[in-house]
Amino acid sequence: MNIHEYQAKDILRKYGVVVPDGKVVTAPSEAISAAKELGTSVVVVKAQIHAGGRGKGGGVKLAKSPEEAGKIASEILGMNLVTHQTGPEGKKVNKILVEQGLDIATELYVGITLDRTVGQLAFMASTEGGMEIEKVAAKNPEKILKEWIDPVAGMRPAQARKLAFGLGLSGDAFKNGVKFIMALYKAYVATDASLFEINPLIVTTDGRVLALDAKINFDDNALYRHKDFFELRDLEEEEPLEVEASKYDLNYIKLDGNVGCMVNGAGLAMATMDIIKLNGGDPANFLDVGGNASPETVENGFKIILADPNVKAVLINIFGGIVRCDRVAQGIIQAAKNVQINVPLVVRLEGTNAEEAAELLANSDVKMEVATSLKDAAEKAVASIG
Amino acid sequence: MSILINKDTRLVVQGITGGEGTFHSDQMLEYGTNIVAGVTPGKGGQKFRNRIPIFNTVADAVKETGANAAVIFVPPPFAADAIMEGADAGIGVVIAITEGIPTADMVTVKAFLDTRETILVGPNCPGVITPGECKIGIMPGFIHKKGRVGVVSKSGTLTYEAVHQLTELGIGQSTCIGIGGDPIIGTTHIDALKLFNQDPDTDAVIVIGEIGGSAEQEAAEYIKAEMDKPVVAFIAGRTAPPGRRMGHAGAIISGGSGTADEKMAALSAAGAKVCESPAVLGETMQGLL
Repeated sequence: MNIHEYQAKDILRKYGVVVPDGKVVTAPSEAISAAKELGTSVVVVKAQIHAGGRGKGGGVKLAKSPEEAGKIASEILGMNLVTHQTGPEGKKVNKILVEQGLDIATELYVGITLDRTVGQLAFMASTEGGMEIEKVAAKNPEKILKEWIDPVAGMRPAQARKLAFGLGLSGDAFKNGVKFIMALYKAYVATDASLFEINPLIVTTDGRVLALDAKINFDDNALYRHKDFFELRDLEEEEPLEVEASKYDLNYIKLDGNVGCMVNGAGLAMATMDIIKLNGGDPANFLDVGGNASPETVENGFKIILADPNVKAVLINIFGGIVRCDRVAQGIIQAAKNVQINVPLVVRLEGTNAEEAAELLANSDVKMEVATSLKDAAEKAVASIG
Repeated sequence: MSILINKDTRLVVQGITGGEGTFHSDQMLEYGTNIVAGVTPGKGGQKFRNRIPIFNTVADAVKETGANAAVIFVPPPFAADAIMEGADAGIGVVIAITEGIPTADMVTVKAFLDTRETILVGPNCPGVITPGECKIGIMPGFIHKKGRVGVVSKSGTLTYEAVHQLTELGIGQSTCIGIGGDPIIGTTHIDALKLFNQDPDTDAVIVIGEIGGSAEQEAAEYIKAEMDKPVVAFIAGRTAPPGRRMGHAGAIISGGSGTADEKMAALSAAGAKVCESPAVLGETMQGLL
């Protein structure tokens, strides 16, 4: 799950991670009063969308007076912000964060994520703050310092000192940096995060260390331990069809193609997308209906897939294991009666009772093509578009 | 022969009285798996289907029945503890089916298992089957056929697809392992390949991977250096967009790494026969045998 920068900073603050003072607002007038309240000679106005690269896209600006903050707010609020992460269509800005201005001496980077190769958290730090860390990793991997965290010992102060020295900190900045690193680790573990990125981490001219930006992702599997995080979800930031699909417990991701697909199992769902592409088509979505393709799940799957106006054909690919294919076939026939399907439908059912299923489908009055193999299914689906 | 499990495997089912545990225990029994015990805390002394003893702890089950493998159908909040309980009781192979275990819990499990002999398969996987001998997990037994090709995969239904293609062509399987699509798993592709390489009754291996992480690239290094049996490979997710989690918690291209293309290239360079299409896994294997 993704959250906004201002929400991430609120969470970090709770764990003693130092962040700039700021206020989130939704109107220019509120931006003016927020700037007055902060009282610094300069404030920063930052668009709040779930995407990086906001500064380059024109979503982060300095204001030298509360009035200017209001003017900038009126420009940014409601704008369609395009960054390298939003795609060409951009994202509408509904909220802005007004933050105190700070005298920045140095910009650094710190982040925490799981290193899957070793199965431990890796705490990363770099002097190349403000840059895309992937680019630093590709060009100058030696500029990324890493400390792996033993789950029994946790982040050790010695590791934090090593990182802080490695970042070239000294004096007050060193002490504050070590404190920051330890607090950040504590926050990561306490929130069951899957990613923390502080880019940039700044050192001020008077030796303070603060998170100027903050990106947090949570481990969805652990959200049951953090029920309060659910209210941080911003549905406006998500694809409407994906929000709708999640209500039905369907794992759906919208893509740009025109062949809708409904599959059981994530691996087979990806493989089905791949084989559509390989046959000259373009998948319109990823949809895993899970291990239990009941008439209801199939019907909801149809509703979601067909709500995408780009969809010109639908391919259903189910490998019935424990689930019997004849039941799935009945589900498809029932669902097809309740949902109006006005695009070509190709169905491939394999596994338990596949023959009975094929017969049921052949004898039904639902218009569809029955495919006999994965290859056949992909070819028929792509061909049906013409 | 085979790897991990065979006709001598004595299975304990952790979470045997839950919905999933009950359903799949029946299915495993029907296949012929030797389930010797079940564990549900607080239900010790009862019997499953009037014959299989249920114990309060895995340790009791091991002591009384000599169980040497465990399968876990325990809900996500308690599954990590169940894995460690199995390992602590001296179980040799623990197979965790449960989907949705928090990553932080699995970090702890991994550290715990590093100091023990237990082999973990999963979590979030279909399980392991040695056709004709022993089925531990949720895969449909009947699509399999006893034989000499090993299968290792991150995915459930995509594995069934591969197995189905093999069986249709008359090619049997030695053992099929679903290793799971989570960010932290016990047995990895490389671990499974090592076991298959040592198994005198496995002649060739199908490796199925997907986007996310670098386990397939590590497996490629092993294939290049050590593997002396033919390998057929497929990587799912060539068309997956970056930054999106494709169903499995670990299936995500992040920061431009973990793409299907880089994995396919690594496997191909290592000498594996990489299939562009998931529909030709069986015939590609047939061509190599």
